[in-house]
Amino acid sequence: MAVTDLKDDAPSGIGRLARQVGNTAFTLLITFIGLLAVTFFISRVVPTDPVLSILGERATQAQIDATRTELGLDRPLFTQFGIYVWDALHGDLGTSIRTKKPVLEEIGRYFPATLELATIATFIGMLIGIPAGILAATKPGSVLDQVVRLVGLMGYSMPVFWLGLMGLLIFYGHLGWVGGPGRLDAAFDMMMQFQLTEFTGMILLDTALNGRWDMFANAVSHIILPASLLGYLSMAYISRMTRSFMMNELGQEYITTARVKGMSETRVVWVHALKNVMVPLITVVALSYSFLLEGAVLTETIFAWPGLGRYITDALLVADMPAVLGGTIVVGAVYIGINMFSDLLYRLADPRAA
Amino acid sequence: MSFLPFARKATAATMAALLLGAAPTALFAETPADTLVIANAIDDIVSLDPAEAYEFSGLDVVNNAYDGLVEVNPATLEMEPGLAESWSVAEDGMTYTFKMKPGITFASGNPVTADAAAWSLQRAVKVNKTPAFILNQFGWTADNVDSMITASGDTVTMKVDKAYAPTFLYNCLTAGVASIVDAEVVKTHDVDGDMGNVWLGQNSAGTGAYVLKSFKPNEGYVLAMRPGYWRGDAKMANVFMMHVPEAATERLQLEKGDIDIARTLTPVDLEGMAGNADIKIQQDVGGQIYYLAFNQKNEQNKNAKFLDAMRWAVDYQGMADTIMKGTVIPHQSFLPQGYLGALDDLPYSLDIEKAKALLAESGIKDPKVKLSVRNAADRMDVAQSIQNTFGQAGITVDLDVGEGAEQLKQYRARQHDATLQTWGPDYPDPNTNSSTFAENPDNSDAANNTGYLAWRNAYDPGAMTAQSKAAVLERDPAKRVEMYADLQKKSRETSPFIVMFQQARNTGLRANVQGYYTGGAVDAAAYWLVTK
Repeated sequence: MAVTDLKDDAPSGIGRLARQVGNTAFTLLITFIGLLAVTFFISRVVPTDPVLSILGERATQAQIDATRTELGLDRPLFTQFGIYVWDALHGDLGTSIRTKKPVLEEIGRYFPATLELATIATFIGMLIGIPAGILAATKPGSVLDQVVRLVGLMGYSMPVFWLGLMGLLIFYGHLGWVGGPGRLDAAFDMMMQFQLTEFTGMILLDTALNGRWDMFANAVSHIILPASLLGYLSMAYISRMTRSFMMNELGQEYITTARVKGMSETRVVWVHALKNVMVPLITVVALSYSFLLEGAVLTETIFAWPGLGRYITDALLVADMPAVLGGTIVVGAVYIGINMFSDLLYRLADPRAA
Repeated sequence: MSFLPFARKATAATMAALLLGAAPTALFAETPADTLVIANAIDDIVSLDPAEAYEFSGLDVVNNAYDGLVEVNPATLEMEPGLAESWSVAEDGMTYTFKMKPGITFASGNPVTADAAAWSLQRAVKVNKTPAFILNQFGWTADNVDSMITASGDTVTMKVDKAYAPTFLYNCLTAGVASIVDAEVVKTHDVDGDMGNVWLGQNSAGTGAYVLKSFKPNEGYVLAMRPGYWRGDAKMANVFMMHVPEAATERLQLEKGDIDIARTLTPVDLEGMAGNADIKIQQDVGGQIYYLAFNQKNEQNKNAKFLDAMRWAVDYQGMADTIMKGTVIPHQSFLPQGYLGALDDLPYSLDIEKAKALLAESGIKDPKVKLSVRNAADRMDVAQSIQNTFGQAGITVDLDVGEGAEQLKQYRARQHDATLQTWGPDYPDPNTNSSTFAENPDNSDAANNTGYLAWRNAYDPGAMTAQSKAAVLERDPAKRVEMYADLQKKSRETSPFIVMFQQARNTGLRANVQGYYTGGAVDAAAYWLVTK
């Protein structure tokens, strides 16, 4: 009897999974609606008048009124919100006021550029930041530690705008090591548009899939500087966090035990301690990645990179609210997606979290 | 754990990519000799349909892909025959006939006919986008345009609702909205009765030297030369326009030779490139003028001596040289240089003593001015200079700094005291500025005539309204010029507008680039004469 009771109380594996999925779906829905509501209402209370920014200063009152009706801005705020949510749930994020194209289609064009840049940047940040942080933690106070901390601090404190321009000036302007602004040289860009097939919107993948390795190399030469710049910022954050997690971990008793048992220092640090640092590190990397995916506006502006951040900012400046809202929702979705993915990774890294 | 080998591989891959990226110039494609590469901020483009394009960057494309019946010569900026070889106006001034040039074809190979020309103008009126008002001025509406503009054989006949100055019509026909489109092609792209508006927003169907091959908003466009252009084939096979919003980036690209022309340079970049033998700077005027306006709802601002005192308290030349550094030239009349009848003389200069004397004569004690100014760096600098020189003359200026759209709203609602503004002409005829600076048919609040700058400042120009209206009907071109000269003089002596500058455009070109024309104040850029 007692056994049966226990069985009834403890949810079965499937039941638990269903409850988890249900919980996640509910959280997602609430987060999305919250995101929609906040963005929507903020967009309606900002003093910039979208109608005036579309029509310009010559507009007559009649034209203003007509456009207001056309955009549905004359309806009650809650009705407008209802319509917006309904359309958004049906995959319609509206039409950009400025370009008159569906917002979803436009984001589809800009997002791959940002995704490509942010992914490479995060890889650079991770591959340099994690080892640097670990090495610094193993020898606190050493020259290496000082260097890692200084480089990290510089990444935090230097304006990205300045770093980007200086990078361009040195590596593109003076040394000629890397390609200039834009995703390809003009000649290749025209070739890409007219002779090759665009599969993904990501230039490295597309040139490779077309088998144009000369263009691929050119694309690498263009992406390497902005990606390294963003990678540096990401590295600064990741290395500092890794250092602090690692130092904390190396003070634990099980580490002392391992050392006492005569385990090699490399094995202690790179296998035992690192495994336990993985969980918080996943969060740090995920946060850094989603931050870059929001679009690095300044970097995209300096490097003439047609990315999402610049798209949203340009739209904001002309009060193109459907585009701003659409962009924000996509960014929100990506953020939520990455967080869910990092949750999944925790479970792989730490069986207790499953 | 399999993480370490993976990390090793990934590190190796990244290092390879880094080295590849750092490899010397073999990776870079030369800027092709037959392609003109231009960098500019082109995020202002809304549509490339000539019936809708109304922004600087969009009109550049229209100018190179289309022609009108009447054209502007890019080098001299004089009006010249376009797709029409000749034209005449009937005795009563109400009917115009344009005879088409024979033998011209669209890029598709279709012949340019009078029918296509008439249809294009009818279409621009019916599509009714922002620039349609330029054509509406002649009494053409969607309902009547089919009977007002007709084609027969090789002539297009246009009827107008009043006997306007013929130059008024001809000037307006040089505007982008009056471009002739390939009717046969455009009709096949009609979607839900839009007369091809959506399709033409991204494609071209004209007679111009170039065809629009591709357009990606906020990224760039590519134009390809079409053989057999009636004004002579374009010299460059392609034009590649790159959207580069950041001026410093454009400058680096120009210095490296990765672009041939940079169009968004700042004064700092211009200074930085001085002395570089590979680069030359071309300065042209643009159409925009910078002005101060004083709301006449404030009694103090109606005082003629007070207004006069302020005219002598502006450091026109000093600001142009030091703050604006070559991005403007001093200009004091409401018609920009390059417009029919524009006055280029500069009667006013900074004279604090004279300003003080006039202020004393005005009888106003310790005057205060609240100057609204947009929160843009150059505007704030100009406003501070004004604050300084006005202060020296005994006029206290409080700056009211705000966001552009907010300030515009306030201005249109007549709620400002004084404001620092710019105004760009709408079409290449003097009426565009005269009608807004010198006309105000009804000064009441209820009239809500926000289109008139005079109304926005509650300013009744008196007899000038009638005079400006008469100038647009004056059929003797020489007399018309005189009338505008007179209006500009009266306006700068008596109105609450103080015109200070006209925009100057600085274009950076590689030294080998020849034959590039920006279109000055009256037209858009021409690419087809460029060689490199």
